[in-house]
Amino acid sequence: MSAKTLYDKLWEDHVVHTEDDGSSLIYIDRQLVHEVTSPQAFEGLRLAGRRPWRTERNLAVADHNVPTTDRRAGIADPVARLQVATLDKNCAEFGITEFTMTDVRQGIVHVIGPEQGATLPGMTVVCGDSHTSTHGASGALAFGIGTSEVEHALATQCLIQKKSKNFLIKVNGEVGEGITAKDIVLAIIGKIGTAGGTGYAIEFAGTAIADLSMEGRMTVCNMAIEAGARAGLIAVDETTIEYYQDRPYSPKGEHWLMAVRAWEKLHSDADAVFDKVVEIDAATIAPQVTWGTSPEMVVAVGDKVPNPVDEFDLVKQQSMQTALDYMGLKAGQAITDIAIDKVFIGSCTNSRIEDLRAAAQVVAGKQRAETVKLAMVVPGSGLVKQQAEKEGLDKIFIAAGFEWREPGCSMCLAMNADKLEAGERCASTSNRNFEGRQGYGGRTHLVSPAMAAAAGIAGNFVDIREWV
Amino acid sequence: MQAFTKLTAQVAPLDRANVDTDAIIPKQFLKSIRRAGFGPYLFDEWRYTDIGEPEMDCTNRPLQKDFVLNNPDYKEAKILLTRENFGCGSSREHAPWALEDYGFRAIIASSFADIFYNNCFKNGILPIVLSVELIEALFQEVSAGYQLSIDLEAQTITTPSGKEIAFTIDAARKYRLFNGLDDIALTLLQADKIKEYELERAKRAPWLFVEAN
Ligand code: SF4
Repeated sequence: MSAKTLYDKLWEDHVVHTEDDGSSLIYIDRQLVHEVTSPQAFEGLRLAGRRPWRTERNLAVADHNVPTTDRRAGIADPVARLQVATLDKNCAEFGITEFTMTDVRQGIVHVIGPEQGATLPGMTVVCGDSHTSTHGASGALAFGIGTSEVEHALATQCLIQKKSKNFLIKVNGEVGEGITAKDIVLAIIGKIGTAGGTGYAIEFAGTAIADLSMEGRMTVCNMAIEAGARAGLIAVDETTIEYYQDRPYSPKGEHWLMAVRAWEKLHSDADAVFDKVVEIDAATIAPQVTWGTSPEMVVAVGDKVPNPVDEFDLVKQQSMQTALDYMGLKAGQAITDIAIDKVFIGSCTNSRIEDLRAAAQVVAGKQRAETVKLAMVVPGSGLVKQQAEKEGLDKIFIAAGFEWREPGCSMCLAMNADKLEAGERCASTSNRNFEGRQGYGGRTHLVSPAMAAAAGIAGNFVDIREWV
Repeated sequence: MQAFTKLTAQVAPLDRANVDTDAIIPKQFLKSIRRAGFGPYLFDEWRYTDIGEPEMDCTNRPLQKDFVLNNPDYKEAKILLTRENFGCGSSREHAPWALEDYGFRAIIASSFADIFYNNCFKNGILPIVLSVELIEALFQEVSAGYQLSIDLEAQTITTPSGKEIAFTIDAARKYRLFNGLDDIALTLLQADKIKEYELERAKRAPWLFVEAN
């Protein structure tokens, strides 16, 4: 038997049928559903008179549109309210479990999946959301799909897919103090570009990845899509298994033991061959800050905003100039001279307990800079929020002048009331710095939670390594 | 789904790389629970100078003068010519819905983001990948009234001067698009295979077949 990559193993385990042209019918173990990309899928089922193939393999939550302030009053925006109500109605009609807006288990779909043990190692996981790649951190094959595919997965528990190529990214050695999973993945995207992983499933490996907690691994896989790859993967090890023990949806008793035995095989064979390999020395990674309107437009905090003139490729040169104009930055400006207006700590990239701890540690005993209008902390789920409050993190944030909110996507994409005003500049722990992403005309700089917190205190970007 | 066979239509050049789905259809429009009606908001932030809101009437909104779709020369365009990594970003199918609702049936680029590429086929849009050189050449040629003829069966694009450009597309996708077939119905023809797989898998991974979960 020839050596296999982790992706090969997961793929083979889920093939129902392969056509002559190489496209396969792939079995889906778990579908996560949220309010934005599902209404038209449920409508499609209804119109065709179809029922879900396996109702219990779907789990729904409202996250994109929900308010992060007091929820008892409901949602003010009538369009958003209708969308969330439509999810409630569809789940009730089709018998799908939903964590509603006031359920303590509610949260961002990619935070609650692993938290509940609803997405497990060895599974195929899909969701009508590109950041589904997050769940690959547990050695699952997880990828985002469009609404037609949401409907397809609901109706058939399968999807038609073509196998991707294998891409190995090895982060060797250890990262320096203050360097987080976010810096690792931003550095990777800076190196391979936002289309570097297109057509591939990326496996992240190497000591620096193995050293990460599950939360950190989720941050890395979350942004695989920002490197163009639909799926990011990390091999199962003790950290993974420990994480999943006793989660509400995790297997129990005899099943748990069987599952662990199966999961222990979820790694690439030593002599497996990848179509592409990139190696990075962890020790060279500095805290990262994006300066442009694409995640690949990223530099180390000690660097300067790059000059488009130095770019050889004319198309790239033009997009750099467009980005600089949009961001209101000048080539050659020091990153640490960039003053910010707002701070957003949250999103499926960085809203887990470890992220909140890191940010709280930075702001403890300090005060938000007067020039910073708003600094908000949005936990990834009700349970993360509960845990943080148990540890007193909420008090630390509030004392430092940071707002403590209810869980949801919030200003990651600004579909609810949390948004940037035109021209406002934000230090954000989210994953996308596209034009208008956090609000019309808003300017986003992607950073780690500690870097965002520090920027909120200093009023401009600072090198977190000088703070710890 | 609308089948795609042949198309001869005007081309609109969108000279940008990495056009993301937020640009194609900004997120405020994702609040809709419908599938149609996104066309007027396609490229909203580039097309208008005010801020678009869902359900808004677009007939009298102030236009961004230099945006290609506002140029009367490209009013009738059904083919979009653009550059690398088109459709990157989110998985929202609202992006192809908006393109389709506006009237685009084909998009030509040097590369596409995976999910977007896939979503096009589910909505009767043909995404065509050409080399960077060919894309550059088309950008040089395109002007008011410039038309291309696309023949899916022959997998060719013909320029006004009669030059033929071949493109590749995988057979299964081509078959479905050409015939306008519904994927779900096709998959359900394989129901027995799915059930067989489930029985076999339940032996290997019984924890995935516990009803309560
Ligand atoms: S937090 Fe942001 S990236 Fe994550 S699912 Fe929500 S909107 Fe998408």
